[in-house]
Amino acid sequence: MSKHFFGDTAVLLGRSLRHIARSPDTIITTAIMPIAMMLMFVYVFGGAIRTGSGSYVNYMLPGILLITVASGIAYTAYRLFMDMQGGIFERFQSMPTARSSVLWAHVLTSLVANLISLAVVMLVALLMGFRSGAGVLAWLSVAGILVLFTLALTWIAVIPGLSARTMEGASAFSYPLIFLPFLSSAFVPTDTMPGPVRWFAENQPVTSVVNAVRALFAGQPVGTDLWVALAWCAGILVVAYGFAMNTYRRKIS
Amino acid sequence: MTTQETQAIQVQGLEKSYKDLHVLRGVDFTVARGSIFALLGSNGAGKTTAVKILSTLLKADAGTARVNGFDVATQAPDVRESISLTGQFAAVDEILTGRENLVLVARLRHLKDPGGIADDLLARFSLTDAGARRVATYSGGMRRRLDIAMSLIGHPPVIFLDEPTTGLDPQARIEVWQAVRELAAGGTTVLLTTQYLDEAEQLADRIAILHEGRILVNGTLEELKRLLPPAKVEYVEKQPTLEDVFLSLVGTKA
Repeated sequence: MSKHFFGDTAVLLGRSLRHIARSPDTIITTAIMPIAMMLMFVYVFGGAIRTGSGSYVNYMLPGILLITVASGIAYTAYRLFMDMQGGIFERFQSMPTARSSVLWAHVLTSLVANLISLAVVMLVALLMGFRSGAGVLAWLSVAGILVLFTLALTWIAVIPGLSARTMEGASAFSYPLIFLPFLSSAFVPTDTMPGPVRWFAENQPVTSVVNAVRALFAGQPVGTDLWVALAWCAGILVVAYGFAMNTYRRKIS
Repeated sequence: MTTQETQAIQVQGLEKSYKDLHVLRGVDFTVARGSIFALLGSNGAGKTTAVKILSTLLKADAGTARVNGFDVATQAPDVRESISLTGQFAAVDEILTGRENLVLVARLRHLKDPGGIADDLLARFSLTDAGARRVATYSGGMRRRLDIAMSLIGHPPVIFLDEPTTGLDPQARIEVWQAVRELAAGGTTVLLTTQYLDEAEQLADRIAILHEGRILVNGTLEELKRLLPPAKVEYVEKQPTLEDVFLSLVGTKA
């Protein structure tokens, strides 16, 4: 690792954050779709969905938060793609700058942008009646899971960001990720689903993350869901990081 | 002095292929310190590939290249300290202002007083008034000037300019030429690629013609002219060219 890695990453992070500050629409469009879904589910479908006791906003907020991240990382891929296209990427690579700083700056920017979008969505949820009796430790755990989930998805986003040939290609990968929560326990309990669908829903990563976050918000014991969720996030993170770095090395040599 | 001290760039037997496409088929040339060297060739001749290898963005399949005495394959970080690259498309950040672009590069080159460096360069490239504006609002010529200004930060001894005037209007082209001449006058080695014959004629101390991955000829303008039969003296009425008319109308002092 170059001796300038941290300094260079900080400088490049400052640059991307300035981009976001100058086009806050990316944060707003990221937050708008999950908010619209939240409104629709709570005020249109919610009345017909039986989730047991408690308010439906409380029930579906974890899933909405994951959708927010999944739609937010499309912009990570987009920003990276624009840098690759514009020639500024080559300028950075031909300078005595720590080479992986360029990627890390995009990853950290993604984290910051997604956390802001998540905060916006949380705020709307509070206005819609979301309430949590969670303590400080539970809130920190939720934040930790969401950070890990965002990093895992961000490293997935880096791959199309580096290798896509068109702008549409760079962000299209996020659509399946956005829809994954629908095939989970995020909006309806899994027990009404037919066999194979139910099996998939109960064993895919979103369900464990959603269940863990929901239990933490409700102040209930999280059980094994937390560890399954953490294992999924860490596993996806490591695999995506490996592929992204491999793609990056092929790009820059 | 040894050759490594007198030659800023030494290229020997450089080869590069993309699958079945042989872009470079054994390229040799040297560039003396403080000179302007033009790599002349049509589109697809391999100019950009050669520049990318010299600026450590691509690895050659065969051959060696040294820049400022450092091997591009084994001493890439030292090469990067010695060079700066201005690519074919202005590599500027459109969302940042001109001044922020310069400060960004100064920081990434780990220099002291990035703000001062930025202000000096803005003044030198007549961009002071535009310095606080976003680059997205700049004209093509302003963008190129900013691009070149960004390349000068940290005074790298070797500068690569890949088609620096492609897509520019005649006025902007003259501004870029002026900037390149000033650079060489200050002792910087400039390697530029171009597809415009007059650009090579105007700027370069030596010209190499790259064609289908090989250097066909390499010499000064005089030497290249001598390759053809001696000049005949003919009397031709000198009509103003359209460029002369254009420049006199828009009032550029070239």
